[in-house]
Formats: sequence, C-alpha cells, structure tokens
Amino acid sequence: MLPVYYSPLRKFWHYALRVIVALVLLFLIFPILVTVPLSFNSEPFFTFTEGMLKLDPEAYSTKWYVEFFTDKKWNIALKNSFYFAIMSTILATILGTVAAVGLASDRMPFKSVITAILISPMIVPLVIIAAGMYFFYSVIDIAGTDFGIIVAHAMLGTPFVVITVTATLAGFDKSLLRASSSLGANPVTTFLKVTFPLIRPGVISGALFAFVTSFDEVVLIIFLADPDQRTIPRQMFSGLREQINPTILAAASLLILISVILLFTIELLRRRSENQGIFDS
Amino acid sequence: MENTQTTDDDLSLTSEHTRKYNQAIRREKNKALLLVLPLFFFLLVFFITPIGFMLYRSFYNPTVSNLVPKTIEKLEQWKDISRLPNEETFKTLAYEIKGLQKTRKSGKFAEEVNRRLPQTGSVIKRTARKIKKVDLDKVANYQKLLTSIHKKWGSPAIWTGIRSAGDKLTINYYANALDYKLLPTGEIVKQPEEQRVYLPILKRTFYIAFIITLLTFILGYPVAYYLSLIPLKKASVLLIFVLLPFWTSLLVRTTAWIAILQSNGVINKTLLYFNFIDKPLEIIYNQFSTILAMTHILLPFMILPLYSVMKGIDPSYVRASQSLGANPFMSFIKVYFPLSLPGLSAGSLLVFIIAIGYYITPALIGGVDGQLISNLVAHHMRSTNNWELAAALGSVLLVLIMVLYWVYDRLVGASNIKL
Repeated sequence: MLPVYYSPLRKFWHYALRVIVALVLLFLIFPILVTVPLSFNSEPFFTFTEGMLKLDPEAYSTKWYVEFFTDKKWNIALKNSFYFAIMSTILATILGTVAAVGLASDRMPFKSVITAILISPMIVPLVIIAAGMYFFYSVIDIAGTDFGIIVAHAMLGTPFVVITVTATLAGFDKSLLRASSSLGANPVTTFLKVTFPLIRPGVISGALFAFVTSFDEVVLIIFLADPDQRTIPRQMFSGLREQINPTILAAASLLILISVILLFTIELLRRRSENQGIFDS
Repeated sequence: MENTQTTDDDLSLTSEHTRKYNQAIRREKNKALLLVLPLFFFLLVFFITPIGFMLYRSFYNPTVSNLVPKTIEKLEQWKDISRLPNEETFKTLAYEIKGLQKTRKSGKFAEEVNRRLPQTGSVIKRTARKIKKVDLDKVANYQKLLTSIHKKWGSPAIWTGIRSAGDKLTINYYANALDYKLLPTGEIVKQPEEQRVYLPILKRTFYIAFIITLLTFILGYPVAYYLSLIPLKKASVLLIFVLLPFWTSLLVRTTAWIAILQSNGVINKTLLYFNFIDKPLEIIYNQFSTILAMTHILLPFMILPLYSVMKGIDPSYVRASQSLGANPFMSFIKVYFPLSLPGLSAGSLLVFIIAIGYYITPALIGGVDGQLISNLVAHHMRSTNNWELAAALGSVLLVLIMVLYWVYDRLVGASNIKL
C-alpha cells in the first residue's frame, strides 16, 4: 500500500516507474526468450509457423539439435570452441592472478598506469587487435596455428582475471601474510595455503569470464583462424551471412544454456565470498 | 625479531635504520613488480607489439619499391618534374615490367600505382602485356617503345605517380583515411565532395555511438534506480534479467534480433496478423536495427555501474531535502541525480567506447547505412586487400579510443571497472 499522503502525481510516478522498469527488463530478456522456442521449429525457418502458434506438436521438433550434434562442421566447431576456451582460460588465469597479487601490493610503483595498461585489451576494439595480429602473426610465422589463437584469446581474457582477483584482494587482511611468515612459511607456501584459498572465488569468477570471452570471441577468429579452426560463433557468423537455418538457433539455445549455468555459478561464488567474514563488503 | 624503536626517549633513527627500512621497501617493490612482469611481458608481445605493427604499417609500404627497385632509384634522381625522366629510366622500367610480367607480379604493381594515381593501372597492365613479346635487348629507343604502347608514358604525371607509390614511408594512407589526397607533387588537398567516404562514416560512428549511449541512459537509469530502492533479495532476482543478456554470447543476441526483425520475423508476423500493416516493415539491415540491437547489447554496461553507485547513495539526503521543503521532483534533480553522476559517467563512457569500436552486429544487421568505422577497417583488410589504408583507419580509431580511455581513467579509474 502506498502512503496515504502521496499526491496523485506521486502515485502516478510510483506506478509509471514500475511499468517502465518492467518494459525495459522485458526488452532485455525478450530476444533470449524468443530464440529458445524457435530452435524447436520443425520447418527450416527463423520464424514462428502457424502450427507452432497453435501449439501443434507436429510443428515442433528437435531435428536442429540432432543436426547440430551430428553435422561435421558443427562438431569441429564445438570441439575447437572448448579447446581454445579451456587452454586460453588456463593461461589467462595464471598470468592474471599472479599480476593481480602484485598489483594489490601497497608498494607497487606506477600502480595506476600499470593497471590501465593491463586492462586496456578490454577497451581496444577487436578489429584493431585483429588487424595488428594479422600483420604480426605473418611476420613471426604463427598465423593459422592453435598457439596463435590461444595466446590471442588468453590476452583478451587477462583483464577480467586481473579485475576480479584485484577486487577480492581489496578486502584481504594483509596481516594474515605476516602471520603466516612469522610462523615459518615461505612466500610460496603462504600463497598456496593462505592467499589462494581466500582469493579463490575471485580467481574462479575471473576464469569463468576469461572462458566466456574466448568462447564468444569471433572477430579474431575471422581474421586469424584457418577454416579447420572455426569455432561455434564463427560458424554462426558465416551461417547468418550465407544460409540462415535453425541449426544456428539450436546452437544459440545451447549457448544460452551455458550462459545460464555460468551466471548462476558466478552469483553463487559472489555470495559465498560476501558471506565469508574475512572480506569487507 | 629486530625492533628499531628501543626506548621511548630514544626515537631518533640512525642512518642504519633508514638504510634497512629503504632496503625492505625496495624488496617489496621488486617483489610486486616481479609478479606483474609475466603478464606485462605477455601483453607487450601479443598486444602492444601487434598494435605497433599496425601503426607502422599505416605509413610504411615497401611493395612498389620492392617490385621496381631500380626504377625507383632512377626516379629519385629525376629533378625537373615538368619534363619527362631520361631515357635510362624508360629503359630500366621496361626491363623491370617485363621481369614482373614473367613472375606474374605486374598486376600487383599496377594495382599499387593505381591506388596512388587512379587510371594508371590499366596503362601498366597494357604495357606489361605488350612488352612480353618485345625483345628488349634490340630496342633502340625505349621512350618511343613505351609511348607507342600507351601515350600516357609521354606525360610526366604517371612517372610522378610511380615515384610517389615507391615512397616507402608515406602519410598518404592517413590522408586517405581522413578524406584528403596526397598529390604526386607532395601537396595535400581535400577530396572532392562526392568522393569523401571515411569522414562521413567516422561522423556516423560517433552519431550512432552517441544515440546508443543516450538510449542506454534513458532505458537504464530507471531500472538501476528501481533496483537500488527495493530490498536486496528482490533486486538480485531482477538483476538476472540484466545479467543473463550480459552473459549471453553476442552472436546469440544478434541472431535473436535477426529472428525478431526480419521481414517474416516475430514483429512483422505479429503486426501482419493483427492487420496493423499490410506489408512487412523494413526494420532490419539498416541503421535502425544496428542501433536497436546494440542498445540491447550494451544496456547492461550502463545499468551495472549505475546500480552499484545508486546502491551507495544514502536515502537520508533525499529525505533531508524534502523535509527542507523541496518537492520530490526538485529533490531528485538537485540532490539524487548529482549523486548518481559517477555511475552515469562510468556507464556512458564504457558504452560509448565499446560502441565506437563495434564490428559484429553492424556487419550482420547493419545493411549499408549501419556500417561503422570498424567495418570499414575489416573491409579493407579482407576485401580490397588495402592493408595500409585499413591500418591508417584503425590507427585513427585507436587514437580516439585512447583519448576516451584516458578520460575514463581520469574520471572513473581503470581499476574501478566492476564485473
């Protein structure tokens, strides 16, 4: 119930705000909601058929999912996507975590400049990075290699790891490090036994961000990858340009499923790290 | 354990203490630097160096001087450009074109010169074709030979064209990228109105990015405001609506917009069904669809920083202003809105920076008038093979982004990006 002293205008704004918010949230979620049912279309179209609207079971089918999992091109793409994403995530997470631990030190010189540099891969447009790498890779002769793709994707993922790990380290009580070393632990033991368990939520969410960055990335793949290195987004990109068919929607729905899983994992981690008493919010 | 402070009345630090203290500080500093070093080095090799290569490529093009090195050498000694170069130069070029014809590189040479001086490519191609059958060792007058193949060899213009195409270092591509043209004489003039392509697209990129920033503000501000008012439990449920699109692949969201907007897509079908329209609206493959889809994609980047700032605004300020007599509207404008500005500037800059470099969505649903500067860079890389122009356009974009990033770092701080 609204307070009785609210003026009619105030009441109007009260409801208007809620309507606007509902509409914007609908706008945000609508495209995702549309994609999933469309992927069960039995016709080779990107649109709801009459049968689908009448909820006729005949109009629905899982054949595009069968197509996705049996077609050779999509299979290669699926395998490549996971391979590049996992390898680049490992590389990005190690480099990013170590750097974040250094950045969090009070004694770090040129902190703001270095932070700005380490985060810049997130800011520079992908087309520019792609153009630069295209020249560079042909000079150092790693064009079309898996190594080239993995380091490129790892590079894009590092800023996310740096940001998330730095954020967890911000609430980190440094006297724990002194306590650990006064009890005789060397720096490596201290890191593994004290620092790492405490920053683990940040490391994992950074790793998930790096994973998604690589898994979604398509511009660098377009410029740098060979046809047999194509990934799911690359396959979707060429599918959307050449012949649109609902296998793309099946792939899209599976990617939505992956993002739902990742989103909940991240939120769970965030909550867990907020509940640990050691961190100040 | 050593203790530098011995007693209360002996607080003075000796030089020995200072030295030890400084040493410890230095050790800490080095340790921190050492930890950052691997990533820094990694980025230096795989991020900064490639961009450096691109910058280098934007004003360095050795192609022509590699193809016809001797001719370029001769042309460098050619001083009086109102008259033709000497017979020796004609001879050298004739031999070099024949050599290129044999290795099938004459087309590349023609293409490169044509880029500098339009309508000369065909002259070189024709010359290469004819010269194939000529035994050059038996020619008495090379100038006569070339001018008989094409009369353009008899005017100095084409020679200045070859010479300037042979310049390894040139600002030509930057001039082109900004719709200027570098004449073979070294003058820089503005392109004729109808041939200006790049500045209009640059302007359009800014315009579209601005509109998108404005739209994300208009749509995002009420959402962030509302989320900051309601209890945390409820807010975190509603935040899923913001975070799920944020986590969903770009390609997925663009695909969804194609399914929604295409001529027999969700919107058109619905409107046709209810007889609101009698033929499908053209709402895809144009500027409208680019702006709509990019607004959708970038909206979370506005809502999240706004929300995190608004959550920290103490509601008692607004109550205080109202108890002092401000009406709700005034207290919003004078008190709440200024307090939310840090979130607004962070969100707007982020959205704007991402928008002006966008490639995928315009490439897929931008049609003709929705293409942005990034699409042009990609076009010159992939379709026309004009790498140098692509690099110059990319460098212009990079400078713009760097300026904006610097502003962002100043205003918000790069380390304050929240995920």
